[in-house]
Amino acid sequence: MTLLNIFSTIITQAEVSTWGYLGAGIGAGLAAIGAGIGIGQIGGSALESMARQPEISGDLRSNMIVAAALVEGAAFFAIVVCLLIILLK
Amino acid sequence: MHTAKNIHFIFYKILVLLAVIVIKTSIFAQTEHRDDHQLNHGNESSLENYGDSALGKSHDSKAEKFDAGKMIIEHVSNSHSWHLWGHSELALPIIIYNKTASRWDIFSSTKFNHGHDTYLGYSLSHGIISHDKQEKIFDLSLTKNGAAAILASIALVIIMLLVARNYKKRGTASPKGIASFVEPLILFLKDEVIKPSIGKGYEKFVPYLLTLFFFIFINNLFGLIPIFPGGANVTGNIAITGVLALITFIITTLNGSKDYWKHIFLPPGVPKFLWILLIPIEIIGVLTKPIVLMIRLFANITAGHIIILGFFSLIFIFSEMSKGLGLGVSVLSVAFTTFMSMLELLVAFLQAYVFTLLSSLYIGSARETHSHEEQAQH
Repeated sequence: MTLLNIFSTIITQAEVSTWGYLGAGIGAGLAAIGAGIGIGQIGGSALESMARQPEISGDLRSNMIVAAALVEGAAFFAIVVCLLIILLK
Repeated sequence: MHTAKNIHFIFYKILVLLAVIVIKTSIFAQTEHRDDHQLNHGNESSLENYGDSALGKSHDSKAEKFDAGKMIIEHVSNSHSWHLWGHSELALPIIIYNKTASRWDIFSSTKFNHGHDTYLGYSLSHGIISHDKQEKIFDLSLTKNGAAAILASIALVIIMLLVARNYKKRGTASPKGIASFVEPLILFLKDEVIKPSIGKGYEKFVPYLLTLFFFIFINNLFGLIPIFPGGANVTGNIAITGVLALITFIITTLNGSKDYWKHIFLPPGVPKFLWILLIPIEIIGVLTKPIVLMIRLFANITAGHIIILGFFSLIFIFSEMSKGLGLGVSVLSVAFTTFMSMLELLVAFLQAYVFTLLSSLYIGSARETHSHEEQAQH
């Protein structure tokens, strides 16, 4: 069977829920990547600033944690959508 | 006087706590979880085995295959009985107001036998109680999350009253005992979070915001305890976090200054033909803030619980293949779970802190008056 045949068989005969699970898995992974990139940038710039001016590192630490929690909030939106896909199928 | 002010705070805190509990007990019985879908679609045999009632019925235990997904969803969602240990449970009361028949029906949840039996015309399916003759009912049952929230609130009130009594007895001397643990938290929140965010007149909001923080913190902590007073995922229930976000939203709206409303409905500094685009965006912005608060707390706590439960399920999954493998995996699992629990302790505090911080920021920005902005526009 050609590749095209195989592919069309999968698309036409797989159940909708199979693709749903695939989408949920990929979505969750992308959410983790997004959170990782965002929080990594926050941490990186916070560390850089602490290196330039160590005396305000306490201030920087609290603001960094707050910003990280907010970015995680956005990532959790994606997780909740993926959970809804799996639980409501 | 210092002690009188503390009693004042405590009084307000108790009032707000009671209001929150009353609102919540009525809300989360209505929003039974759809997660219970998994519970009832699983093997029927394991449903019958799970949970002898506290009244002591015994089933012969057939060998049941371990279903990790079902176990995790069960632990993370709400239910009408509180699983204690092994096969015994604490059956919680079902409280229904039957509007059509104008009567209250209160009975133990054992009558439903986990959804297998009907009682007085009521049946329980997928966590939702319905009447077979389609009578209009208001489900006000005390569910596991409700009972856990009440227990945690009682613990919180006891702790705070002990702290207040400590101050009363010792006057201006430094606190000893539980007050010395709670005081740095309260002072940190008041001076570093509430006062800078709200500015002048912040004292009005300190009782609510402190209650918010301690309620979320203590419920997060209780959720991490695996056994009786703690086995419930309270702050991971979206109805509870929804009510907390709603109360914050109401307080923000009630304290909005004229400038706050002007920024939403008559945005300054923008040509008037753009208003038709900008005003809906502003309104959506006002509504999404509490929604994001709600989802952030719910998702963080639920995800943490699912991770820990997943690690524990690994042990059972592997031990079904071979006992030795199960023992080996259990060492790894316990190590990972300990690490994740440390992380969850941090998350418990952090999520309570972030919720309180954002609530105080929203309240502060709603109360702001920009007297200098009008001058700059001239």
